[in-house]
Amino acid sequence: MAQDQDMNARLGAHLRENGMLMALVAIVLFFTVVVQLTLGVDFLSAQNITNLFLQNSYVIIMALGMLLVIVAGHIDLSVGSVVGFTGAVAAVLTVNMGLPVYVVIPLVLLVGMLIGAAQGYWIAYWRIPSFIVTLAGMLVFRGLTLWLLNGQNIGPFPKSFQSLSTGFIPDIFGVDKPNMTALAVVVLAAIVIIYIGWRARKSDVTFGIIPEPMVMFAIRNLIVASALIFVGYKLATFRGLPNVVIVLSILTVVYAFFTENTVMGRRIYALGGNEKAAKLSGIKTDRLVFLTFVNMGVLAALAGMIVAARLNSATPKAGGGFELDVIAAVFIGGASMSGGVGKIIGVVVGALIMGVMNNGMSILGIGIDYQQVIKGLVLLAAVIFDVYNKNK
Amino acid sequence: MAALLEMRGITKVFPGVRALDNVTLTVEPGEIHAICGENGAGKSTLMKVLSGIYPHGSYEGEIIYDGAMLANRSIRDSEAKGIIIIHQELALVPLLSIAENLFLGNEVAGKSSIGRGVISWPETFQKTEQLLAKVGLSDAPTTKVEKLGVGKQQLIEIAKALAKNVRLLILDEPTAALQENDSQKLLDLLLELKAQGVTSIIISHKLNEINRVADRVTVIRDGASISTLDKADITEDRIIRDMVGRDMANRYPARTPNVGEVLLEVQNWNVWHPEQAGRQMIKNVALNLRKGEIVGIAGLMGTGRTELAMSLFGRSYGKNISGHVKMAGRAVDCSTVSSAIAAGLSYVTEDRKSLGLVLDEPIARNITLANLEGISTRGVLDARRETQVADSYRTQLAIRTPNVFQKVVNLSGGNQQKVVLSKWLFTDPQVLILDEPTRGIDVGAKFEIYSIMNDLADQGRGVLMISSEMPELLGMCDRIYVMNEGAIVGELTRAEASQEKIMALILKGKEPHSKNVGENARKTKGRAA
Repeated sequence: MAQDQDMNARLGAHLRENGMLMALVAIVLFFTVVVQLTLGVDFLSAQNITNLFLQNSYVIIMALGMLLVIVAGHIDLSVGSVVGFTGAVAAVLTVNMGLPVYVVIPLVLLVGMLIGAAQGYWIAYWRIPSFIVTLAGMLVFRGLTLWLLNGQNIGPFPKSFQSLSTGFIPDIFGVDKPNMTALAVVVLAAIVIIYIGWRARKSDVTFGIIPEPMVMFAIRNLIVASALIFVGYKLATFRGLPNVVIVLSILTVVYAFFTENTVMGRRIYALGGNEKAAKLSGIKTDRLVFLTFVNMGVLAALAGMIVAARLNSATPKAGGGFELDVIAAVFIGGASMSGGVGKIIGVVVGALIMGVMNNGMSILGIGIDYQQVIKGLVLLAAVIFDVYNKNK
Repeated sequence: MAALLEMRGITKVFPGVRALDNVTLTVEPGEIHAICGENGAGKSTLMKVLSGIYPHGSYEGEIIYDGAMLANRSIRDSEAKGIIIIHQELALVPLLSIAENLFLGNEVAGKSSIGRGVISWPETFQKTEQLLAKVGLSDAPTTKVEKLGVGKQQLIEIAKALAKNVRLLILDEPTAALQENDSQKLLDLLLELKAQGVTSIIISHKLNEINRVADRVTVIRDGASISTLDKADITEDRIIRDMVGRDMANRYPARTPNVGEVLLEVQNWNVWHPEQAGRQMIKNVALNLRKGEIVGIAGLMGTGRTELAMSLFGRSYGKNISGHVKMAGRAVDCSTVSSAIAAGLSYVTEDRKSLGLVLDEPIARNITLANLEGISTRGVLDARRETQVADSYRTQLAIRTPNVFQKVVNLSGGNQQKVVLSKWLFTDPQVLILDEPTRGIDVGAKFEIYSIMNDLADQGRGVLMISSEMPELLGMCDRIYVMNEGAIVGELTRAEASQEKIMALILKGKEPHSKNVGENARKTKGRAA
């Protein structure tokens, strides 16, 4: 009987992850069919897939940092303004001062780090609620953006800076249509993902945990691998792998590893789960909170540069409302408001769901009014699904 | 006379678990009926069935109350019939006043069409005063509940039940968090209510209290009602036998102490209150602990025992801490939790749910939390080693669970405590400070915890045990320090120690001028904060 319960609990956990993945697949298929029928256009065209990544990279990048912040039991409302501000700093340094890109990128990341540190300091060491500190930050950095840009746009950026967002990896095999590098990378990635999943499954068995049913495991991996190779193939027939996708993939892997396999990652979960217990277990909780905000600042700065590079100018409005997309992606991805719960892979899927919906609805010409309503309802539905599953 | 309540053949099944199996309970009008059983035996489930938290239809069997079938759909239904349950975790709103709490959900409001929903404060206050008088309190109705100690809060809960015209009062471990004199007051009140015709069901682990107030006892074991004893048959031994299903001749496992040299030495330890300037919580405390020794710290609640332990353990409590800590003769740094752990100290908190465990995380993750270095290389965790470590503690301490990946929140109190102990054992401590290690744990699991403590002492570690249960201290400790008002007022060897002597030391150690009520209330609040 205990085994039944265990089994149910395990299935429940898998249901969450698989459910989100299925939802993503369903949403993609939905738009593919509807776009084809109504407009006669291929939703999954190479160009649109490339666009999807270019448009959403910054949300995913910031969602990685936001997950840590939320897992630690906090929130960061300032990231949208920080995107605007760091983009403006990058523009001033590059366009007005003519500094080279390899100087600008570290400098702007440093600015992001300082912003994160400034906010994290009050939150971690003075115990000012993060909601308030970052709400203040949201106003402060939006204002500073306006001040720095004098209310004007600054641009255009030199080619080297633009390639941050709009550059592509050239084909080292020299074939280019299709881009063999892109194909090789995705096939390799698919193999690695299946291998890691297989190993985890095997170790489950050796530890006496009942693994998820083989069928489920196989179906999921089949979907993930074929989707990956399909996307890679499409990208390969267009312009190859965008630089941003590489940055994004590396960051995702690094953060997934960090959250699941490192001492520090583990401690952030413990801190979010029960701060007092974590503290009494010798964990320096204040410092961890501080560092999650520093990290968030750095990622927001990276996103700020990518956004500026993509728009090819820094504008006073850049990044407006991004914080909501990012936070929504984290909650759709299964994080808990009270902290201690959430996975990187869930967050990436959550961000992709938001991104695909944005993209699909825009292609269909659905007004921004309806788009907001639909996105809001999806967020609510995802969280209701979670709560329902938990109470069942 | 017909019974007030008859529960017949109650069976409640959760997915995979038969929580109640054909339970029968009969309560006569005007009696105090105690329910005993180990944690997880099904006492609380039974009360939830009775009070409508599990609605009619979600269980099998029938309930006859006051001569009619009872089919509660919710707790509101049962309250309307005068069945009121007071849970172990009090349901008071700390920032609201006594009056507001008493009539929460039951406000004294106008009934006319104009006044509907508007609270009548004069009437509320007047009724509050009457109710407070009934439970023997004289605090102002406008006092915020957070200013009251746990004992008074418990009385407020009872007053709240009286406000709802209670006929059958259910108390779930009402004295678990109370100190001796507050418990006595509460039990006296129960007897008084009984004289006024209120019937009570009391769930308790404290056999001496049951002995004192209960007219009859029903013992529940593994979801089944084992026996109902009449007043004349109630003895502690009989209850324990029915609870655990065997005779427990000795409640404390035997041990031959093998005491070595001094391990922990604390001198001139002074601690001030973290918020209230000038209030000294710990006064010049000196104590020592030897290898292989179990030493107790006795004292009333709020006397500074937890504060002493927490200030020693990485200055987790208090301000302006001064004094010296030596381990095995060498001065050590205990200024942060991690340095205290490194020095070989560990502290098992009195409140394991909010201070000891990350409830929503699995057992394995909880066990390794204080020593993640032990399962990692250069900051990278080794999942295999973590599982092996957790599994070995599961076997050593007999943590009852299918595997170490279960969430801690699903374990019983005794098993949770074993997880906390495992966590600290994995840091390989020389000295373990255990703060109320058996609170809220049933008799069988207590015995196991005591055995673990004995094993730790036999391994040459030192165990410092804080407890409010004197029999436990007397049964387990080689030596007992007695604390009062932040100072150590006496030290007794095992041979000298007795309940009377400990109480005498506490009373003698009291400062001559009597403390007023307000100050005691503040003290309780300070502790809670």
